[in-house]
Amino acid sequence: MTTETSNPLPQTVPTDRPFARGLMPAPMPVQFLDAAGHRVGVFNDDYPEPSSEQLVAAYSAMVVGRRFDIQAAALAKQGRLAVYPPSHGQEACQIGSMLALSEDDWAFPTYRDSMALVTRGIDPVQILTVPHGAAHCGFDPRASRTAPQSTPLATQLIHAVGFASGEKRKGRPTVAMAFVGDGATSEGDFHEALNFAAVFKAPVVFLIQNNRYAISTPLSKQTAAPSLGYKGIGYGIASEQVDGNDAMAVLAVLNKAVAHARSGQGPVLVEAHTYRLDGHTNADDPTRYRDSDEVDDWLRRDPIARLETWLRHEGLIDDAFVASVAQKAEAFAADLRMRMSVDLPVDPMSLFNNVFATPTPQLLEQRAMVQAELEAEEASR
Amino acid sequence: MTLTTAQAGGATAAAPPQVTMSGAINRALHDAMTADADVVVFGEDVATLGGVFRVTDGISRDFGEDRCFDTPLAEAGIVGFAVGMAMAGFRPVIEMQFDAFAYPAFEQIASHVAKMRNRTKGRVNLPIVIRIPFGGGIGGVEHHCDSSEAYYAHTPGLKVVTPATVEDAYTLLREAINDPDPVIFMEPKRLYWSKGSIESAVAATTFNSFGRAAVRREGTDVTLVAYGPSVDVAMQAASAATESGWSVEVVDLRTLVPFDDETVVASVRKTGRCVVVHEAQGFAGVGAEIAARVQERAFHSLHAPVLRVAGLDIPYPPPKLEHLHLPGVERVLDAIARLQWDDDADTRFLANISANSSKGGAV
Repeated sequence: MTTETSNPLPQTVPTDRPFARGLMPAPMPVQFLDAAGHRVGVFNDDYPEPSSEQLVAAYSAMVVGRRFDIQAAALAKQGRLAVYPPSHGQEACQIGSMLALSEDDWAFPTYRDSMALVTRGIDPVQILTVPHGAAHCGFDPRASRTAPQSTPLATQLIHAVGFASGEKRKGRPTVAMAFVGDGATSEGDFHEALNFAAVFKAPVVFLIQNNRYAISTPLSKQTAAPSLGYKGIGYGIASEQVDGNDAMAVLAVLNKAVAHARSGQGPVLVEAHTYRLDGHTNADDPTRYRDSDEVDDWLRRDPIARLETWLRHEGLIDDAFVASVAQKAEAFAADLRMRMSVDLPVDPMSLFNNVFATPTPQLLEQRAMVQAELEAEEASR
Repeated sequence: MTLTTAQAGGATAAAPPQVTMSGAINRALHDAMTADADVVVFGEDVATLGGVFRVTDGISRDFGEDRCFDTPLAEAGIVGFAVGMAMAGFRPVIEMQFDAFAYPAFEQIASHVAKMRNRTKGRVNLPIVIRIPFGGGIGGVEHHCDSSEAYYAHTPGLKVVTPATVEDAYTLLREAINDPDPVIFMEPKRLYWSKGSIESAVAATTFNSFGRAAVRREGTDVTLVAYGPSVDVAMQAASAATESGWSVEVVDLRTLVPFDDETVVASVRKTGRCVVVHEAQGFAGVGAEIAARVQERAFHSLHAPVLRVAGLDIPYPPPKLEHLHLPGVERVLDAIARLQWDDDADTRFLANISANSSKGGAV
């Protein structure tokens, strides 16, 4: 039994630096590359520059990821998908988060993080089974170390915390990357997840992709906080904010955050400032709630162009490399188009297979009924 | 009266040692944690204090804070954390401190716990047990006495279990912890201090009670279907009914999901009459489901409509009025009396509905 009688009130502000500035995020988003792709230094002293290999890999993955996103949005417009939530503009966040992880680490994504899943190496057809209407989760979470994309927002964050805590208890060095948008920081589960993660020192990195809108609701109606990055402090979580369209900065901060979590020092919260260039989904009409000037502003901060400019400047990539990546992205999209042009197979009896490990007698009765209906339908053809 | 295994077995040798239902649950946790190192217990106040009902008393002492720990006060967080722990290979047994305090966790339970196996095609299963002390009859203040079983039973993917005897509390919890699927384990608070023997249950090596209702008392005239805290009421009513010459059979469901149609229907086919007893509000409750299932399967065996004796359709009342809300022996006997033993229609409690009005309405 512990008796907690000493220090009834906090006497001092913690002065150690568990992350970059104690628990505090930088007063401005950490930046390595400005909007034009020139090397700058904005509150980035604490973060080692990512390796050339990682930056070149990020460039390639962003180009492929964007091409996938455009292709998936097109499939939705053509009616091949019921819906698609695009993430065009958020490439640096989605790709950076995955490249900062090791192979055995886990991701707990939302429905908008499909580019991240492509980067993880998951078959894009399996990613799109949900909007295709064939299954709730087309990939194997265990094989890909990626939880199903969560539609109830923020609910999966606490799964990430429990999972990471469980891995730690099992003695495995796994880190969980937990994804959330600006809107879902208002959900109760976001706060419960942060609190549990801090109390149990769970090796989790919370990545807030602040893309400025929750469908139509702007950030100003979502929060009065000076930055979403400040939301970790009250829970005792080391926090940071970063330019989410600067791939180098995203990688630098997340590399350190993942290492911090893996070393047993507890969770990290990172707010990445970015922008959703497209609508919420293909069914959305963003002209109803924002000006095209604002979109144009963010187009000028394009994460791929910024990194490309710098990589070319450093001589790390050239025209031939850029062309080969573009070609690879086109081939990726063409393959996806072709494979999505046929309907994915569905098994009606699969409705009953995994409700329970062993179906209840009542489910067996209902399965027999559906089976009989299908057989009668077949016979009447 | 409280059900005991001694009554069921009619033992005449030295009486086996008696434990309370909370003691039986505690023993089941101990034994499950001894048998499987992946079983962990967590929730609000479960470690140092041993839970507000002391059900987890001594678990953290005996198994360490790694395997039995207190959590922050946040029910959605506790359930969501259990989802993640289960994904990492543990078998969490978590406690919601009271029935109504589980409501903040409902999204986690309905959207994730119940659906994970289904949405991942069986690749991720969640062997989680969510223990919920439930029901009234203890003079508890508001938000401490709800019967919330219908919410869970209505949600595909959850097994819903509630013991009525001390022995079943042990057996059903062991089986729940072994189960590969999530189980909502509803503990009748007012039976926590009831006593019985668990000796034979503890000696058992396998558990096979899910989906198998127990006939607690045999009879020929009426079947009372009950579960959890209402089984005791049904047993008392069955005893009292002998004075009126009725031979009453009592079926204890034990698990609402999976539901044992076979035992219930066999009993009703034999007796021809059926009353369902539960504490939860009657409207759209589990009793409605049971009544429907019985008439769907045994219509031609029934001599009377299936009646329900349930809680009133009111928010759980303050302690000094709960006796009016809870199904009691008299109300059960009255229901039995209304099972059309003669041809006189019983219209006493029917709403006064105008035959000419399409709107109807009670007066």
